[in-house]
This record gives sequence, structure tokens and C-alpha cells, in this order.
Amino acid sequence: MRYLPLTDVDRAKMRAVIGIETDADLYADVPRSALLSQPVDLPGPQGEMEVERAIAALAAKNLSSAKAPSFLGAGAYRHHIPATVDAMIQRGEFLTAYTPYQPEISQGTLQMLFEFQTQVAMLTGMEVANASMYDGATACAEAVLMAGRVTRRHRAVLAGGLHPHYRDVTATSAHFIGFDLVGPDSDPSHPAFAASVIDLIDDNTACVVVQTPDVFGRIIDLRPIAEAAHARGALLVAVTTEILSLGLLESPGAQGADIVAAEGQSLGNPLGFGGPYVGLFATRASLVRQMPGRVAGQTLDVEGQRGWVLTLSTREQHIRREKATSNICTNSGLCALAFSIHAALLGEEGLGRLARINHANARALADRLTTVPGVEVLNESFFNEFTVRLSKPAMDVADALAERGILGGVPVSRLLPERTDLKDLMLVAVTELNTGADMDALANALQEVLS
Amino acid sequence: MSVKYTQDHEWIAVAGDTATVGITDYALAQLGDLVFVEVPEAGRTLSKGDEAAVVESVKAASEVYAPVSGEVTEGNSAIADDPSTVSGDPAGSGWFFKMTLSDPSELDAMMDADAYKAYVDGLD
Amino acid sequence: MTDFSQGRTNVPMGGSQAPGAQTVSGSRGLEFAEPLIFEMHHEGRTGVDLPDVPVSDARLNGMRRQGPVGLPGLSEPQVVRHYTRLSQKNYGIDSGFYPLGSCTMKHNPRLGEKAARMAGLGDLHPLQPFSTVQGALELVDTLAHWIKTLCGMPAVAMSPAAGAHGELCGMMAIKAAIEDRGEAATRTRVLVPDSAHGTNPATAAACGFSVDSIPANDRGRVDVAALKAKLGPDVAGVMLTNPNTCGLFETEILDIADAVHAAGGYFYCDGANFNAIVGRVRPGDLGIDCMHLNLHKTFATPHGGGGPGAGPTVLSDALAPYAPVPYIVHDAKGLRLVERQADAGEGEKPFGRIKGFHGQMGVFIRALVYMMSHGAEGLLQSSTDAVLNANYLRARLGDVMSVPFDGICMHEVLFDDAFLHDTGVTTLDFAKAMIDEGFHPMTMYFPLVVHGALLMEPTESESKETLDGYVATLRALTERAKAGDVQFFKDAPRLTPRRRLDETTAARKPVLRWTPPVEDNA
Repeated sequence: MRYLPLTDVDRAKMRAVIGIETDADLYADVPRSALLSQPVDLPGPQGEMEVERAIAALAAKNLSSAKAPSFLGAGAYRHHIPATVDAMIQRGEFLTAYTPYQPEISQGTLQMLFEFQTQVAMLTGMEVANASMYDGATACAEAVLMAGRVTRRHRAVLAGGLHPHYRDVTATSAHFIGFDLVGPDSDPSHPAFAASVIDLIDDNTACVVVQTPDVFGRIIDLRPIAEAAHARGALLVAVTTEILSLGLLESPGAQGADIVAAEGQSLGNPLGFGGPYVGLFATRASLVRQMPGRVAGQTLDVEGQRGWVLTLSTREQHIRREKATSNICTNSGLCALAFSIHAALLGEEGLGRLARINHANARALADRLTTVPGVEVLNESFFNEFTVRLSKPAMDVADALAERGILGGVPVSRLLPERTDLKDLMLVAVTELNTGADMDALANALQEVLS
Repeated sequence: MSVKYTQDHEWIAVAGDTATVGITDYALAQLGDLVFVEVPEAGRTLSKGDEAAVVESVKAASEVYAPVSGEVTEGNSAIADDPSTVSGDPAGSGWFFKMTLSDPSELDAMMDADAYKAYVDGLD
Repeated sequence: MTDFSQGRTNVPMGGSQAPGAQTVSGSRGLEFAEPLIFEMHHEGRTGVDLPDVPVSDARLNGMRRQGPVGLPGLSEPQVVRHYTRLSQKNYGIDSGFYPLGSCTMKHNPRLGEKAARMAGLGDLHPLQPFSTVQGALELVDTLAHWIKTLCGMPAVAMSPAAGAHGELCGMMAIKAAIEDRGEAATRTRVLVPDSAHGTNPATAAACGFSVDSIPANDRGRVDVAALKAKLGPDVAGVMLTNPNTCGLFETEILDIADAVHAAGGYFYCDGANFNAIVGRVRPGDLGIDCMHLNLHKTFATPHGGGGPGAGPTVLSDALAPYAPVPYIVHDAKGLRLVERQADAGEGEKPFGRIKGFHGQMGVFIRALVYMMSHGAEGLLQSSTDAVLNANYLRARLGDVMSVPFDGICMHEVLFDDAFLHDTGVTTLDFAKAMIDEGFHPMTMYFPLVVHGALLMEPTESESKETLDGYVATLRALTERAKAGDVQFFKDAPRLTPRRRLDETTAARKPVLRWTPPVEDNA
């Protein structure tokens, strides 16, 4: 077996050193009734070529989003990833390292995390960020629980435009820990009104959770919501599923957010059928000891040289055990690295340009689709994703477009099947990768499907 | 003024109906260099055994419990601002909080200095 | 520069500098002094070429950004060099022997990297119509089949993103089952051994349970009498690691499972140490109700410097109905996902959702590639070699280091610090000296049930020559410690990019991000 260096001769010598005769002697402590008497019923070993062929055959059964005009978003976005990103994250010293518990031989990972934390804090307009979470949805749930610890309250208001997966993940955690959630349903036919959440804030509210751009693509002004929350002693948790939007839009920090929970997939990370992604988590410096997750901090070594270590560990499970801020014991290290490298390549100028291209392309498609009979663009405001109302159920339209080799948009009923009133709505995302030809293809196909 | 000790390695110095609470040398030695201290706000009502303050070193964290019931009159902001100052004088300027006593009889079961020394000597 | 000078007064005093440390540039040969990207900023530089497209504010709801983000400008060659240099300050499995106990640092086959990047896998959107992702769903379903077969369990929840997330999934399933029985108000306690990973009590707390600890006995196993004494109608379940964190198989595990079930509780097993028994023992045959697998440990997907991993969680018949969404079902049109509780079928009672989308697909691909490469026989040989290697270390080091628990160990071997008694050298010092010798240290000070623990997990990826070299080094270091050369250990490591770092100041005055230097107007 190509991954196993021991030979039968080695094994025999080692058994002799240990003082045992057979492999079975290694498992003498296992109750005999629990030992398998024959190998499990699974296929036998295969060489690289055979495995590669088998996986390629599975891949061939899928429609690659790179081979089709693709307008899918709803929390996962297809962006161009510079070649440098993938080359760098595959360096074995990054790829095959564990958590940087030995800082003297982990300065690469630690410095990278410190840079990542700084980039996330800058983008979100917050003072500090952690070294990343599993994804945006889990970051959102952790933000709500953190707000509960900070305020010692157990009620959260979730805005209607929060991504349904984020809402569901938060609701699952809240249910088991005894946290009340309230929130209005959203009607994307109208602009999002801050009043719908502001009216629900009371003196027992730990936080208000607002996504912008929201799941329907609408850009929300967080400032009045922040003001109303703070007046009641509640925190504002700002969520974004498209971190690139912050290259063009005002940061949540500048609008009064206390915690930002975001999905960072858009920078450096492929769609990958939904994961692994990278959750971003940022907050105010004064709240850092209630922040979940790992964090790198700067210090000096015995020779006075600057270096980095994991710090504030007493918040974490390996020390605090049942009193920890979270049970999380990892981050999304390699995805954070990909994010950080992409952000380093973009820089201030590149980020702004990329964000503007996304918005310009989205506006071009919105204008184009307005001319298609049976399509109505609902949004007044958007970044790179908007909602359309179709003259037929969106799920059927999406299937019909797929048959034509076009990934046309995410039917709202895929995310909210119980909202039958929204079954004609589709979320359409546009990025720098969508060409004019892609947009023509979508508009023409929609015209055909809807006629 | 009398000083009593708890099995949680806290000391309580009582003068009249107010008391000052801190942690012992032994507790400090177990924790190592302190990096974070949180003290209670004045006005907080505590029952005996409530979590009143937090101490953290790099690798350990612990609660400081209210040794008796009463109301907090002052938390030591100096040690919250600079936790390293506890190390110099845990039995003096490194005090954690002052409180009133609602039931002085709660002190009766606690150890005096000799009993506490014997207790510590008996630990590992 | 920035805040870092504030730590100077608290710097621990070190020994002499490494030979040749003094250079003009600060670099040392192949070990480069590398600034932060923010300190390399140069106006006008960029690492991407994109057109400058003006856009109006018409559809931005008045929320256009007013100030700069603050990101630095770097060219592509600078970026490549920066990350190359950073990588060279890291130790990975690719670099050398990494016997970090309970972390299963085995070789990461590169075929997994290639497969995960294939067109039609790496670039699939998670919300494509099911008809366009049948191969992806088949891949997940195939992996689920391998996992269920290896575990002897009827169901698996695929969405957990990491081991601790899998624990959360398992404990939520237990809580959901208890709620369904109408016992949520009364069954509130979870029993966790002292030797458990910290995630176990933290997870139980995150599900609203209180935690009650169970002591270990003098054989390094759970004290079964103490466990039984704590069982009762208020116990929701027991969380046990098997093989346990002392590297031992819980010999009375069947008895424990029976007792927990008789008391009406569920048996959660932490699967962190599954690598010892893959293909030889099925958790389903041990009476376990749920167990997470760390695909990044047992099935060799890269740890990536701290994630991402994946923690699929197998479930017994009793817990299977409560598996979270999404999950795959087969219907007339092929495979599809149930993604919302509202869409659950007959008899399915999903407790909710724990992650966005469907799970760590990129990790699934790598794990399946690993499993298919080994096949059933290869997986059995791997776990056997892992146990053989650990016992070989035990046999070759047991006479000079101290083994707290006698007998054969599983895939990791635990030592305590009795062999360093009265030398003045601590477990930490010993570990730091290993770094200078080119080895990644073992896990230190865990589990908590022995003093100064040193937990070594060699994995099946290591050759006998590597183990022999490691043994020779550790025997020499042990001799040096016993000879009283304390300062040698206190000064270690000497040959690393950084020497011991001041963690006290880092925690006292946290500097968690770079900030621009304050302009000096003087």
C-alpha cells in the first residue's frame, strides 16, 4: 500500500520488540464479541489511476458552473480566484500543519492569522476579528449567543431578510440553549423597512440581527436600527453573505454594528458545492473576552523579536470546559489563508474595482431582464444580486433553464419552501465572471421559457 | 480585624460589618502570572458561593466566589487595570472586592490562619 | 513600530542567541525576516489587473462607502514571496515527524487535492438544481456508505464542519430524542470523564445540559462503579472517548453501554481516536448511539493549520430520526436533498440545521479518495500499523521515560513526567528541546488525569527508521535531563524562527491586529 512505509519484515521485528506474536495481540483489550472476524464489506484497494478515474466519472455527471452561464448566489458566489492563491495554499507547510500550538515553529500560520484578523477588521469597520469560524451561518449563531453573554439577555430579533440557512442554524442553537427568537417574515416586493425590526426590540432583547445586502439583495441602512437597539441596551449583529460588497458599501462598523458575522467565501475560496467556507467574525475591542473562536496576538520572544501566539485561550473549551464561550476548537485556517492571499493581491484599489465591476454587471443584467416579458425586477437597491418575479413558478423555470445548460438563479422556494407566496421569485447573482454573452443567454432563455 | 480563609483559597478580612476579600498566595502560585481580573461592581448583591470575580492566567481560569453573603461596596479597579499588581501583594493591595456582611455567622465555619496553613500543607 | 514594544518589561529572560543569529538584514540564510503585508504597502501597487468601471449611486440606497478600507497595495511577486517565506516558518507533516497525540497527523495524499479541484466538483454551486449535481450527491452518499459500514451504524449526519461540531450534532440529536420522549425538563445531566477533551463538557453546555464528571481508575479507564453510581432518571447521556485519551481501549465499554441504556440515557462516543480501530471494531457493536468522525484525522484530509475539517456523525436507530437537515434521499428522479424541516418525510424528525448549505464537500472528496485508495484491507492495515507504531514507541522508551498505565496501548502512548522528577526540567522544556532536534513535540499536559502528560501518536505513516531516530533522540534528551543539564532545556528551542514567546504579555495587553503607526509630529 503506497501510503504505508512498514514492510512485513519491519512489522515482525517490531512485534518482537513489543513482545507480542500477532496483530491480534495488539487488540487484547477489546471485548472479543466486539472484534470483527472478517474485513468489512467494502471494495478493495485501488491505485491512483483507478481512484482518479472513478472520481472523474462522478464529476462528469455534474454540470460545472464554469461551463454554464451561471447566476447562482444566495450566500455562495462564483468569483475569479487568482492563480497565486491556490499555488500558495498548497504549500505543504501551510496545508499539512496542525493548529499552531507550538508558536516557535508555527510563525507562518500565526502571522498569516494576525494579518487575516486585521483585514477582516478593516473590511467590516470593526476593532478586532477572530481567526475565523466554520462559515457565515455558524458565525451568525455564535454572534447571537455572544450577545446573550454580553447583555445577559436571552431574546433576539432576526430581520426578515436574514438568509434562511443562517436563521435556521441560529434557531437550532437557540432552541437547545433556551433563547427566544422573534422576527418578521419578509416581503421582498417592497423595500425593507427598518421599522419592522425596530418595533420588536424590547428591554429583554440581547441583539438585533440584520443582513445587508439581505437575502433578496436589498441594501439596508443599519444606522436607525443600531440607534434603536442601543437605546434599549441591545447589540446590533450585522450579517453579510457577500463580503465583496464591502468594497463598495459602507462598513457595518461605521453604521454602529457591535458584532459582524459574515461569509468570506467570495474571496479566495471556490464554490465547492457549499464548503468548506470561512466564517468571518468581528467585534468591538471591549467585547473581545466574550468573543468565540481562536485568536492570534502579537508579542515578543526571549530575544526581543516580534512574533505571534494564540492568545486569550482562557475563553476556549480546552481551559474553560463547560464554561467556555463556545465549544468550537478549530477555525477554517486554510480557507482564511486563501481569503487573506486574495485580499492581499487585491489591495485597496483592486477591491474597489472588483466591487464596482460586480455592481455594474448586476445593473446591466437588471436592465436587460426588465425588457423580458414575464420578468419583473423587484429591487430598488442591490449590490450584485437581486430578486425577480417570474410569470411561472421559479423552481420550474430553474429546471427548464438547467436543461438549456444555464444556471439561471436560485428559486426562493429552494430556501423557503413553506412560503408559497414567494414561489415565483428567483434570486439572480452577477459577478465579474459573467460576460455579456452570459447575460444574453439568460435573457433569451428566460424569454423562451416564460413565453 | 480578623482574617479567615476558605477551601477555595480566598481570604476575608472583617472589620465591623464590612469585609475585604482576596485570593491567597497558594491560589496565586497555582494560577501563575495573572493576565486578567474582573471584579464585581459596587451595589451587586451576593449570596455565599456566588461567582463574584474572575481571575485568569495564560493557561488557567478561575472564579472567585463570595465567601459570605452581602452587598459589594467596592471592586478593586487597580487590579482590574493591571492584574500583575496582585502578584506583589495578594494579601494587601491585591484585594479583589469589599462587601457588607448580611450574616456574620457565615464566618464561623471558616479556617483561621493556622488551620488554613495546615489545610494547604495537606494538599499534594 | 506599533504596540509591540509595550511588552519589553515582561519579556522572559533567555539564554544566549543562536550562533550566527546576528545579521545585518535580520534574515538568517533561508530563514527570512518578513514584515506584515501592511508594512509592505506601496501606493499604486496591485496584484490584480482589473478595469476601473465607474458606477453611480443610483441603486445603493445611499450606502456607498465613505472612507477607505485600508488594505495595503502589493504586487504579485511580493505576495508570492511573502507567503512562501511565511510557509517556511511552519512545521507540517510534510516537513517531518509530528507525533501530536489525539491529533492523528498522518500523511495527506495529494491525490485528494487533485480530485477536490476537478471541474464538476470544485466549482459546483450548492444550490444548483438537483438534476445538475447527481454526481456530487452520489459522492456524498458513497462516502456515507463507507462511514456507516466502517462504523456498523444505520445513519450518518454529514453536515458537521469539525469534530466539535459533530459532538454538537450528536448531543443535539440526544436532546431532541429526550424532548420527544417528554423528558426534557427532567433529563438534564450529562456524565463526562475527567480525561475527556474540553470540547465534550463545552458541547454538553452548549446544548443546555449540566455536566457531571466521572473519575478515572488506576488503570486509566473510566471508573465504572463511579459512573453507575451517578446514573439515574435525570441523566441524558454519557460522553466517552474510546479508545480513550490515555490511549487505552475502554475494556468495560459494553457494560457501560448497557448501564447507560438501562438508565434511559444515550451513549455518545467521541470518535477522535477512531484511527486505532478502523476495520477491526465497529462502534455500532459497542452499544454506541452516536459518534463523530474527524475526517481530517482518521481519513487524512489536511489540517490546514487549523481547519477546515469535517465531523460526520453516525447515529443509532434510536437517534437516526432526529438527524439534522440537509440529508440525501433517493426518489424517482435520482438523489435529492431534504433541506428544511418542513420537507421531512414520514417518521423523520430532524432537530434543525447546524450549518449553511450541505457540509464540507471539499473534505468529503479527499476522505473518499483516501478510503478508496486503501480499500477495506488497507484501512485495516493502517489502523493496525498505527497501533503497532505506538506500542513500538512504548516498548523502546518505557525503560527511560515513565508509563503511567501498564499494558498494550492503542494508537497513542501516554507518558507522565515522573521520569523528569527532581531534574528541574518540565514537560514543556522537554518538548521545546525536541523542536531543536527537528521533531514536532507530542501533545503536552493532556489528558489531565496524569501529571505532566506527554501523549505521542506516531500514526501509520511513519517508517521504522523514523521511529528509531526519534527514539534515539528522546533517549539522549532523557539522559541529558537526568544528568542535570537544566539550562539546556530552559533555553530551548534555540534554532527556530522564533524562540520562546511571551504569552503572558500577549494575554495581558492583547494586540490582535495591526494598526497604522501614529504620525510623530515632533
